[in-house]
Amino acid sequence: MAEKIPAGSWVQIHDIELAAEERAPQVPEDTGRVPLEKWIKGFLQEAAELDEEVEIETVIGNRYRGRLVDADPSYDHSFGKAVPELLQVGRELKEMLREEGGE
Amino acid sequence: MAAKTYQEVMERRNQIMKEAVGIDYDRFRRNELVFDYEKMMAEVGYQLDEIREIQGQTGVGKTPLLELENLTAIARKLAPAGKGARIFIKDEASNPSGSFKARRASVSVYHAKKQGYSGVVAATSGNYGAAVASQAVMRGLDTIIVQEVYDSQGKGQPEILEKGRKCEAYGAEVLQLTVGPELFYTFLKVLEDTGFFNASLYTPFGIAGVETLGFEIISQLRKDEGQDPAVVVCTNAGGGNLTGTARGINKAGAKETAVVGASVDLSGLHMASDRDFNRKSFTTGHTGFGIPFATWPDRADVPLNAARALRYMDRYVTVKQGEVFYITEALAQLEGMERGPAGNTSLAAAVALAQEMDRDEIIVVQETEYTGAGKHPIPQLNFARENGVEIRRGDPEDEVPGENIIIPEEPGQIKARDLDLKRIRLSYLNKALENSGLKELGREEVKFLSAEINLSVEKTRELLEENFEVEIRH
Repeated sequence: MAEKIPAGSWVQIHDIELAAEERAPQVPEDTGRVPLEKWIKGFLQEAAELDEEVEIETVIGNRYRGRLVDADPSYDHSFGKAVPELLQVGRELKEMLREEGGE
Repeated sequence: MAAKTYQEVMERRNQIMKEAVGIDYDRFRRNELVFDYEKMMAEVGYQLDEIREIQGQTGVGKTPLLELENLTAIARKLAPAGKGARIFIKDEASNPSGSFKARRASVSVYHAKKQGYSGVVAATSGNYGAAVASQAVMRGLDTIIVQEVYDSQGKGQPEILEKGRKCEAYGAEVLQLTVGPELFYTFLKVLEDTGFFNASLYTPFGIAGVETLGFEIISQLRKDEGQDPAVVVCTNAGGGNLTGTARGINKAGAKETAVVGASVDLSGLHMASDRDFNRKSFTTGHTGFGIPFATWPDRADVPLNAARALRYMDRYVTVKQGEVFYITEALAQLEGMERGPAGNTSLAAAVALAQEMDRDEIIVVQETEYTGAGKHPIPQLNFARENGVEIRRGDPEDEVPGENIIIPEEPGQIKARDLDLKRIRLSYLNKALENSGLKELGREEVKFLSAEINLSVEKTRELLEENFEVEIRH
C-alpha cells in the first residue's frame, strides 16, 4: 500500500478545466484535440495517496478539489549549461571597442 | 450556482466584467464604432499628479535613466560618418517587482482597495503577475494570477515558470493552465467566484499608471541633458507599454519626440497552438501579440481597451530572437547590467536605429526587466535546443521562428526592420468597419478613425475611400 501524504502538506493538484470537446470553437486544430488542464498548489486538507481526489486550501484560503499529482512541488527551472553561441559575444564587442577608427 | 460551461460563462462576460472593474463602458460609446477615448481616460483614470502620489506610496517609478556609452560607441563604429545617436535606458528593473509593470499594477490595486475589493485577479504569464502581487501585498489585498504555462505534455516555458514562482514569492495564488484562449474563461470564473477586482492590463488604470514612465523620461533628460529625446523605443506586445509611455511624453509636452514600437519577430508561430507553444523563446514583446493588438485592440479582457498603440506609434519595427539574446549579452558585458531578455527587444532595435540618427540626438530605450533562473538567455536557449530549435551563430536574417535562433556574428547584423504601418492601418480600418457594420461614415466617425490610426482626417478619408466600400458624408 502506498504511503499516505499527511494532511497539511504543501501539494499540487490537477484538474481538467475543459475536456477537448468543450473547448472554445476558435482554438487551433492541435490545441482542440487536447483538454485544457489546470494545476494549483495548496495545503492538503486530509491525508491522501497520490492520484486520489483531494481538497486543498491555497495560500490565500481558497478551497479547490482535484487529483493529487505532486506531494512536494518544487521549482526546477534553472540556468543550465553554458551556451557556447553566447560565450564569445562579450569578448568580440570589447575587442571592437579597443579597435581604432570608425568613431 | 451559475452554470459553468464555456458558452455559459462567456455569455455572462459583460456582467462579470462590469462588476469586476466597476466601469460602465457603455457610457463612453457613441455608436457601434465611435467611443470617447479621452473621456474614458479622464473620468475613469487618475490624473498624472495623483498617480505620482499613488506610486510614491509603494516605491514605484523614479527609476534611473542611464546612458549606455559603450553600446553607443559600438553603434557609432557601425554608423555612417556623423551618425550614431546617444543611447539611454530607463532602468525599470529597479521597480519593486522588477519591471515597469509595477506602474501598470499600482493604480489598479490602489483603486481596488479604495473601492473595497478584498483581492485582485490578473490573467498574465508575464511580469505583470508579480507586479500585481507585489502591489497587492503593499496594499493588504489578496492576489490570484491565472497563467498559461504548459503544453499538453506538461512541459513549461522556463521563463513563465520563473514568473509563476515570483508571483508565489509575493503570496499570490497561481492557477497554472495549458495553452489556449480559454484562459479567459477560467479568469471569468475566478472573478465570479471570488468577487475580486479585475486588475486587467487594459483598463484606464493600467494605462494611466504607465504615463509616469514617459513623463519621467522627458523630465530627466531635460534636467540632465537639456534636450528632449528624438526617439523613444518601446517593446510592444499588447500595446499598453507604448500607449502609456507615449501619453506621458505628450503630457510632458515633448512634441518632437517620435515613438517607435519594437517587437520580436515570431511570424509563422500560432500563439494558441499546443505544438508551437514551446517553440518560441519569447513569451511577450513579440509580433504574435503586437500585430493583432495594434490592428484590433478590443480583443482584451475588458470591453474597451485603453491600450491603443496604433494611436501613438510613429514607426513599428521588428527584431529577431537571436538579436535580442545577443544584445542582452552585450548589455551585461559592456554596460554591467544583467537584464531582460524580453524587455531588451527595444534595446536591440535602438542599437540599429541609433545608426540612422545624428550624433547629437538621443534615443531612449524605455524599459529593462529583472532577470533570473529560467528568465535569461541561457535557460531560454537551452530550452529551445531541447525542443528541437537549432541554435547557431550566423546572419539573423536567416532566422525562422520555431526552427532556429541565430545569434549574430557581429553587431552590424542587427537590424530594425520596418513593418508597413499603412498595412496595419488598413487592417485596423477593415476590422473597425466590419465589426461596426457601418456603411456610411459622418464627420464624427472619420475623426474617430483618424485618431485611432494616428493619421490626419484628410489622409484617413483618402484611405477609406480608396480601400473600402463606404459612403463618406462631407
